[in-house]
Amino acid sequence: MGSFDTFLQQVFNGLVLGSLYALIALGYTMVYGIINLINFAHGDVLMVGALTALSAIALVHGALPALPGWSLLIVGMLAAIPVCVLVSLAIERIAYRPLRSAPRLAPLITAIGVSILLQTLAMLIWGRNHLSFPQLLPADPIAIGPAVVTATKLLVIALSALIMVGLLLLVQRTRLGRAMRATAENPRVASLMGVNPNAVIAATFAIGAALAAVAGVMYAAIYSVAHFYMGFIPGLKAFTAAVLGGIGNIPGAMLGGVVLGLIEALGAGYIDTLSGGIFGSNYQDVFAFIVLCAVLILRPSGLLGERVADRA
Amino acid sequence: MKSWIQPGPTRNAALSLAVAVLAAGALAGCGRKDDASGPSGSADNVIRIGHVAPLSGGTAHLGKDNENGARLAADEINAAGGVKVGGKTYRVEILGEDDKADPKEGTLAAQKLIDAGVVAVVGHLNSGSSIPASRIYSEAGVAQISPSSTAIRYTQQGFKTTFRVVANDEQQGSAMARYAMDGFKAKTAAVVDDRTAYGQGLADVVERTLKENGVKVVARDYTDNQASDFNAILTKIRATKPDVIVYGGMDDTAGPMAKQIHQLGIRVPLLAGDGACSPEFIKLAGDGAELLTCSRAGEAVEKLAKGGPFMAKYKAKFNADVQIYAPYSYDAVYVIVDAIRRAGSIERAAVAAAVGATDFDGLTGHIAFDPKGDLKNGAISIYHVQGGQLSYLSTTR
Repeated sequence: MGSFDTFLQQVFNGLVLGSLYALIALGYTMVYGIINLINFAHGDVLMVGALTALSAIALVHGALPALPGWSLLIVGMLAAIPVCVLVSLAIERIAYRPLRSAPRLAPLITAIGVSILLQTLAMLIWGRNHLSFPQLLPADPIAIGPAVVTATKLLVIALSALIMVGLLLLVQRTRLGRAMRATAENPRVASLMGVNPNAVIAATFAIGAALAAVAGVMYAAIYSVAHFYMGFIPGLKAFTAAVLGGIGNIPGAMLGGVVLGLIEALGAGYIDTLSGGIFGSNYQDVFAFIVLCAVLILRPSGLLGERVADRA
Repeated sequence: MKSWIQPGPTRNAALSLAVAVLAAGALAGCGRKDDASGPSGSADNVIRIGHVAPLSGGTAHLGKDNENGARLAADEINAAGGVKVGGKTYRVEILGEDDKADPKEGTLAAQKLIDAGVVAVVGHLNSGSSIPASRIYSEAGVAQISPSSTAIRYTQQGFKTTFRVVANDEQQGSAMARYAMDGFKAKTAAVVDDRTAYGQGLADVVERTLKENGVKVVARDYTDNQASDFNAILTKIRATKPDVIVYGGMDDTAGPMAKQIHQLGIRVPLLAGDGACSPEFIKLAGDGAELLTCSRAGEAVEKLAKGGPFMAKYKAKFNADVQIYAPYSYDAVYVIVDAIRRAGSIERAAVAAAVGATDFDGLTGHIAFDPKGDLKNGAISIYHVQGGQLSYLSTTR
């Protein structure tokens, strides 16, 4: 297997990771763009989605064992999305809305508190162990050119691409999208124009949560494991990706996610050879964060520029 | 910037409430100790034996397994009439702590157990947690018998209180390397570890032994014990075409790794140590499970005379199969009780000295310790996954 083949495989691995990061990063970036809040609980929404899907799949599979794997995956997503949306809306309504005009620190700390709350609730409901997510799509390796892929990984890339295109269309072409862009630019003036900022903010949270739910189910499907703590690291990395691409900027989050995924995969694969054996593949995260620092030093507003609300 | 709670009666009420809650919490914390009679907690005729293992996180199933083994032993001892020392009859109580497989939590758990008055401790599960905790136990004079920590360093710190009822990684690593050369006829190998005290130590011994015997280590990679994505390092390893992939780590990372090895189309055996040699691995690895050959740091318990009855009793009581180390934590409790009987005392120092002189036939075989605390004549058993189950291959002594 030649070195170019390996490179292609690493690029593919990076795209899979990057697609997941992009989906989650979108949630962070949209919320930040509209209310200047880093929703630390977003990674845990992903976790709730994955665990809900796991329970739903177990339930349906127990009742109808003859159903094929791919339909169970759809069942999982259909169960996860409404639950995540409800959880996210509840968080917004209960934890963040009362603090809209509070100093910046208060909602930030509240977000961390909500994150801990979600993790603990999940631990109480689903237990402390790592739970196995069933193999729903065939796991046999498929060779596409020199790269070896699986059906699940292909699905992640395809689904993420579709969702991102859909989101861009929503934001650019629909009334809701226009309302979101207006509220993101200046909430007070937008409300003067007949936009209900509370409704728009709720819709933003809901869309972000739906994306996180899909990402959570796909994450669990790829790694075949789900547990109450699984949202922490992907959430952190996706936030990094959002900042990398330009916080508040929707195409930025998508680009940041994919770029971060590629950096991680290529970094882990090539650090050893690049550094002459001094740094091993366990420095993969260090590599990713060094790149983040470098980008922010050279381009502080991220790759595609920040887009935050104009608050008078 | 206006303050988010204005001065006034509401704020005063809130602050008073907060102070009251904090004060109540502090007072509640103080009034805890009901029996602090001396360092050996001998009030109410109870012998307290501590047990530390991860009860949450990726290896919670292994921690629970260990604790179950210890509790089974305690229940048996109590049912048979308890422990008679110096004219009094004591019952055995297991105090279980969760160290989350984290070295920092391990030291906290150790201190907590010492403060609770334990006579001896069965633990910890992870070498990375046992090693820092051993210093704390040594200073308190509390005997620590680990049912699963195989890292060489654990018994090499010069403490008189560290013991283990399993073989160590020097033996295990050599046995694994031998199997790679004799069983797989490997000429090249890729070595990966999870950078924990256990994983790194084991992988280093295997790497060294392989190199000494002319096998080329074509890739040396690292991950961590929280990781779930190994595709990047496996892709890199695939390009080097090894005859075997050696992994030092626990089953919660080895399982997903095996699955990803299968998904990347790599058809090379995975050789791992005792941390991966569990039924849980097979569940997590899915289609990649049959790639595994693993070693265990002891005899094949299910093949020993007392093994079958133990497995059945365990299953009946806990409604679950034994993972890996339950037989060892079971034996560790019996070793402690045997030491108490021989010493004729429940004072920590006397018990620790008596443990050192153990000469006992347990469930897992004959138990005696060398001056450092390592098990004498430890054995290494090799298993592989076949037909969805761990299947025994051989034992080296």
